[in-house]
Amino acid sequence: MKHAWLEKNSIVLLIAIILVVAVGGAVEIAPLFWVNGTVEKVSGMRPYTPLELAGRNIYVREGCYVCHSQQIRTLRDEVERYGHYSLAAESMYDHPFQWGSERTGPDLARVGGKYSDEWHRAHLADPRAAVPESIMPPYRFLFSKPLDYRQVRNMLLANRTVGVPYSDEQVAQAKADLEAQADPNADGLEDFQKRYPKAAARDFDGNPALISEGDALIAYMQMLGTLVDFKSYQASAPEHRR
Amino acid sequence: MQAQVSESPWRFDHYFVPLVIVLGLLAALFEAAWSHDPRMVAQAWIFGACMAITGAWYLWMYVGRTPKDESQPYADDVVRAGVIASMFWGIAGMLVGVIIALQLSFPHLFYLPDQAWTNFGRLRPLHTSAVIFAFGGNVLIPTPFYVGQRSRRARLGRGSLSWLVFWGYNAFIVLAGTGYLLGISQSREYAEPEWYADIWLTIVWVCYLLVFMGTLWKRREPHIYVANWFYLAFIITIAILHIVNNLAVPVSLLETQSYSLFSGVQDALTQWWYGHNAVAFYLTVPFLAIMYYFIPKRAERPVYSYRLSILHFWSLTFIYIWAGPHHLLYTALPDWAQTLGMTFSIILWMPSWGGMINGMMTLSGAWDKLRTDPVLRMMVVSVAFYGMATFEGPVMSIKAVNALSHYTNWTVGHVHSGALGWVAYISFGAIYCLVPWLWKKKLYSNAMVEWHFWLSALGIVLYITSMWVAGIMQGLMWRAYNDFGFLEYAFVEVVEAMHPYYIIRALGGLLFLAGTLLMAFNLWKTIRSGSPAAAPAPAPVPAVEAA
Repeated sequence: MKHAWLEKNSIVLLIAIILVVAVGGAVEIAPLFWVNGTVEKVSGMRPYTPLELAGRNIYVREGCYVCHSQQIRTLRDEVERYGHYSLAAESMYDHPFQWGSERTGPDLARVGGKYSDEWHRAHLADPRAAVPESIMPPYRFLFSKPLDYRQVRNMLLANRTVGVPYSDEQVAQAKADLEAQADPNADGLEDFQKRYPKAAARDFDGNPALISEGDALIAYMQMLGTLVDFKSYQASAPEHRR
Repeated sequence: MQAQVSESPWRFDHYFVPLVIVLGLLAALFEAAWSHDPRMVAQAWIFGACMAITGAWYLWMYVGRTPKDESQPYADDVVRAGVIASMFWGIAGMLVGVIIALQLSFPHLFYLPDQAWTNFGRLRPLHTSAVIFAFGGNVLIPTPFYVGQRSRRARLGRGSLSWLVFWGYNAFIVLAGTGYLLGISQSREYAEPEWYADIWLTIVWVCYLLVFMGTLWKRREPHIYVANWFYLAFIITIAILHIVNNLAVPVSLLETQSYSLFSGVQDALTQWWYGHNAVAFYLTVPFLAIMYYFIPKRAERPVYSYRLSILHFWSLTFIYIWAGPHHLLYTALPDWAQTLGMTFSIILWMPSWGGMINGMMTLSGAWDKLRTDPVLRMMVVSVAFYGMATFEGPVMSIKAVNALSHYTNWTVGHVHSGALGWVAYISFGAIYCLVPWLWKKKLYSNAMVEWHFWLSALGIVLYITSMWVAGIMQGLMWRAYNDFGFLEYAFVEVVEAMHPYYIIRALGGLLFLAGTLLMAFNLWKTIRSGSPAAAPAPAPVPAVEAA
């Protein structure tokens, strides 16, 4: 063995280390970008609306992922507790992914529609008022804090840069769409629903005077896991067998 | 043979270090002046203050004079600074850990409804970053610099650049930590700092590599000692992981927020390729280097097997990288990647134990020292914990086991048996060695080290056993069915069942923190005491003739 050669040449040692550590990543990660079927084609997926995206930013900002996963595994009890197991396609527009690693609280991949907006408001503001045994932190401040959406157009543009297919129109109307979704009486509602079919528009935080951070977060939570229609999704179809 | 950097009239570092500080300051002022994002403005002022302090310190040290440290054979002032910083951050990080453990135990008492910055979601990354990157990271400034100089018989490369590494790295820590409290996070586990902090860390890291390689190039020893292979693998691999995992597009150059380049399943595997190898190349590889230097020194025995160190070094660096997918079993990650990750995780058991055996067997012929030397005992116990955690890890990455253990507190317990038992203990051991060597004083109290050892050992035991029981219980309750074929427990019933274990865990953490406080007191008394060392440092051979 001529290991002594490596021990006497720092640059050779450095290069050898780089080559050795590069193999695993190259073999495991790189194919995910070009192997067909890594992300299955399903109907129903659309990019987040500006309000949902702003809500997702709050979810990311507050570090919700440290206690809540967004990934239902292919195990019987999980499917019965939370719903259909998560598909790769369902997080295809998630920059970053929020699958999480802990369930100090329950999985949220399909929390959308499970509870009412009122329940979310009460629960976020004072978790133990809604669920006495809960150990979740209180998020009362979300409902008094106006949502900062100065940058909403840039938010969509940045997402487009990393691959989310927002149209020029969606980018241009980002601010109007955000306001329309949070205020059902706004003028742009019809246009908004044309751009984001089936997206729910209402006053999520129950306070018509203010578009709060609570509006955005609840709008995001209420659409989680609701996009793919599992009545028509065939897990056994050849294209979904991986 | 080698050109002496300190004697040449033109010194690279005398221009480069101030340049980086001034550029950092300008960037901070630019953001503070133009950004409309209040969080970015706050971060800019904080970073600007860090740069101003560093700049003032640099001017005071280097303008019109040469620091006394530069005429010494080894650059040890920066090593001393790193030791102090690591103790400071260790206490801070463990304290935050105890606070968040109490939040989960007593949510009525430890949450402040209108203080967003005190919420678990913001404090938890503060805890993990503070213990991993601030405490662990600062241990990884003095130890490679100390070991690097001694084992190569050369002064640190690139003059004052090592100080830029020290101040710059700690500025990154401050930027990241205050960022979490302000609500700035990428929500990528163990990679939470946003794009601008990541760029700054990249600059500091390149300097770190330059200092380390610079010392290698000046070496008087033809052979590069085994500990340095591990340090080198750590520095270069962390650079690769950090850059790839943090690829992101900011909303604007004046906003804190960014969106990751990858999404969904690709992003998940990139993140866990990073996350798992942060464990590998941040929390294992450089601490194995500590093991390879400090245990033989303290035990006064040679490393057990040179062949084993070669074998385990290359197999560890090769295999670890593959293990990332075991964080994503049964998810939407393609099956082939899951199986590959699981297989390599199990194989990983062998090289890990190769390292453990090499560390343990170094004690051959010196086992009796464990009775009398609590510092050596701490380091040997840390190697035992390393062995235990690296056995537990492969077990947990078996799909059938992971189906139960994933998402539960078992993972938390596993991480802490590695973090407290292995990383913290080997670091404590190294610091207990370093302080008397560096300050040339006798350790103030051996009895206090004994107390530290037993307090923290009890703390670890409470912590990991409570989390094992809690985790396995959690996993079993989630999947329990009643006689009618329905799920037996509502989610919140499982949360409720965790309550006693969360309290035991908090108590364990508190004991561990108490031990660390005792250590800090002991070290402070050692440094401040007047008595010169009875036990001299392992005789350093001057590498550079004093100018």
